[in-house]
Amino acid sequence: MSLNPEYLKEERNQEWRAELRSKTKNKDRILIPRVKMPELAPEIRVKYQDREVNMGLEPEQAQKEATRCMDCANPTCIEGCPVSINIPKFIKYIEGGDILKAAATLKETNALPAVCGRVCPQEKQCESKCFYVDKLGKQSVAIGHLERFAADFERNSGVSNIPEIASPNGIKVATVGSGPSSLSFAGDMVKYGYDVTVFEALHEIGGVLKYGIPEFRLPNSVVDFELENLRKMGVKFETNYIVGRTASFDDLKEEGYKGFFIGSGAGLPRFMEIPGENYNGILSSNEYLTRVNLMGASTSNTDTPVLRGKNVAVVGGGNTAMDSVRTALRLGAERAIIVYRRSEAEMPARIEEVHHAKEEGVEFMTLCNPLEYFADERGRVNRMRLNRMGLGEPDASGRRRPMPIEGSEFELDVNLVVVAVGVSPNPLVPSCLPDLKVTKWGTIVVDEDKMQSSISDMFAGGDIVRGGATVILAMGDGRKAAENMHQFLQKKTVN
Amino acid sequence: MNKILEKEYFSDKVVKLVVENPLIAKSRKPGNFVMLRIGEDGERFPLTIAGADPVKGTITLVVQIMGVSSSKLVALEVGDSITDLVGPLGKPTHIEKIGTILAAGGGVGVAPLLPIVEAFKKAGNRVITVIAARNKDLIILEDEIRKWSDELIVMTDDGSHGRKGLVTVGMEEIIQREKVDECIVIGPAIMMKFASLLTKKYNIPTQASLNSIMVDGTGMCGACRVTVGGKTKFTCVDGPEFDAHQVDFDEMLMRLGGYTQEEKKATEIYSQNL
Repeated sequence: MSLNPEYLKEERNQEWRAELRSKTKNKDRILIPRVKMPELAPEIRVKYQDREVNMGLEPEQAQKEATRCMDCANPTCIEGCPVSINIPKFIKYIEGGDILKAAATLKETNALPAVCGRVCPQEKQCESKCFYVDKLGKQSVAIGHLERFAADFERNSGVSNIPEIASPNGIKVATVGSGPSSLSFAGDMVKYGYDVTVFEALHEIGGVLKYGIPEFRLPNSVVDFELENLRKMGVKFETNYIVGRTASFDDLKEEGYKGFFIGSGAGLPRFMEIPGENYNGILSSNEYLTRVNLMGASTSNTDTPVLRGKNVAVVGGGNTAMDSVRTALRLGAERAIIVYRRSEAEMPARIEEVHHAKEEGVEFMTLCNPLEYFADERGRVNRMRLNRMGLGEPDASGRRRPMPIEGSEFELDVNLVVVAVGVSPNPLVPSCLPDLKVTKWGTIVVDEDKMQSSISDMFAGGDIVRGGATVILAMGDGRKAAENMHQFLQKKTVN
Repeated sequence: MNKILEKEYFSDKVVKLVVENPLIAKSRKPGNFVMLRIGEDGERFPLTIAGADPVKGTITLVVQIMGVSSSKLVALEVGDSITDLVGPLGKPTHIEKIGTILAAGGGVGVAPLLPIVEAFKKAGNRVITVIAARNKDLIILEDEIRKWSDELIVMTDDGSHGRKGLVTVGMEEIIQREKVDECIVIGPAIMMKFASLLTKKYNIPTQASLNSIMVDGTGMCGACRVTVGGKTKFTCVDGPEFDAHQVDFDEMLMRLGGYTQEEKKATEIYSQNL
């Protein structure tokens, strides 16, 4: 379902788009400065776990920003989008003031636009391919902010467009997991006419969107609205259900399921395997964020506890590390410190998150690596030993390899440490399928063009294939898997 | 789904529940556990499955009142439903014909031991079981365990039932009397530690089923990590049963105390609001 140039051309030639293009001259469009996202002041927002930092654009701001987009004949931005949103079309609808149509355009290819508008690393994707960046050396059109604006506008309008759905074909398919890849897959399959059931092990649908990403970045109500849309489209949801365990794949096949999409995620948190790492008060970012986000541990009326610390160190430099360190601040930490072994330039986190963290008072100890932890007599961490790092030659990831500097060891008082150094694939599902080909790291092997696994009716995507990536790449996998499973099942039915 | 069909008090603090869940009843194996959540504000916590009836579609859980969540579970009556119940989780016990099995259960650990004893017996082993508790009231499932054991020894700390002494006394007596091929121990961490030290002395392969703190129970949080043979393992996906002689029980005991203050405070608030 990727967008072909003929179709894009046809859409671009529609009268309303041509009219908008002629309304404002490009030389005037490029004079407009990029919009700045209104934000909640740092000193206020650090007091609330559930108040969103980015407040969203006002309609006038959005319209003005949309005017910057020149509706290029060759819209390279779309190439940067893993789910191939028709970006100029939705932006031009905003410029023309028809926001609901902009939202409908997003939903043509994206099951979770309000989520993507908030958590996608746009600066590395669509926005990096924008004409402004590529050819003019200017800041790109704020595609992400506009996506969020259109999706939020629709949610707040009370009107919700349901995308066009093919007549039901009666074929049952299942997803294993309910994170971004599965939801994206489910959205597309239901549009093709399939009877889709999403199976989730936890008691809540949404996967990482619910247990991982904090509410100050992605409110649960936003996720719930998108889930409600999928429900309206006909997607069924089953919580507390582990496919392969609660019932076997064969049991589900007997119930008539013809295809499976495995999007079970990279569940297992990685640790550094250094001395003292199992002391109390040292926990994975998954545990820390799950307690707070999924279980509501930061509020007084829930039973799940969360450890609090005055001096909190978060080890890692990704989005999860930023989410954890900013959560620690909101839970009352006096010092919340990022400990990262490379320099800021190599941090995989979104630029905006790093920026927000700094505004909120997070300390950055870059080029530092933990060596050992120490604890009090009851086993609670109270100190860590680190050393300083220098950067050597680029490693396999293309980033400069961090090397310990001899004699640079030092100690830091900490009473809570969150380890956010990555995740490994969850073995729970692959271990139920002896015939399923997995890599030595435990990720599922798929044909990259089709997302089809070594078992022909099983497709897979997201972190269980990639080992740890982003929401939008997972969603792209889900779409690709849907398109190819559709073809696979149609061929099978014909034969 | 998850409706409580039967409820029986073994003692003031220990309750047996028979819960409707046909899928888990069919798919569970000895050694598996489930995760539960009581009420929308409840926490997730693990319980090892004590038995199942696939025909009736029920599983049996035995719970000891320890804190808020176990109190909330026990407060449910017949006809009520458990908000969330998911499983079966964890690797099942490896059951085969080995020879003579010595099974040891402490306190409420006797409940998950029951299906394992049954399975070993059905696999053709000679099964000798030692169950132990602080006193007579806390000895549970004695008749059921007896049914699947070639011999049963009951031990109580205070001698109010069976023989006086710790579980290890009964175990050592058997070990000295006859050749034991494998041991399985389930109970409080401290009991498993000493049972493990004993069998290590006699070089008898021993499995222990660990009761670590868990949040999700599916491999995601890492709260249940435990050092086994010098390596960090996750109880939920790598266990819950491990080679007891390789388990760092002191670290496990330390980690079980990781939320003691929070638990104490929560229990106080809960009992005030009752």
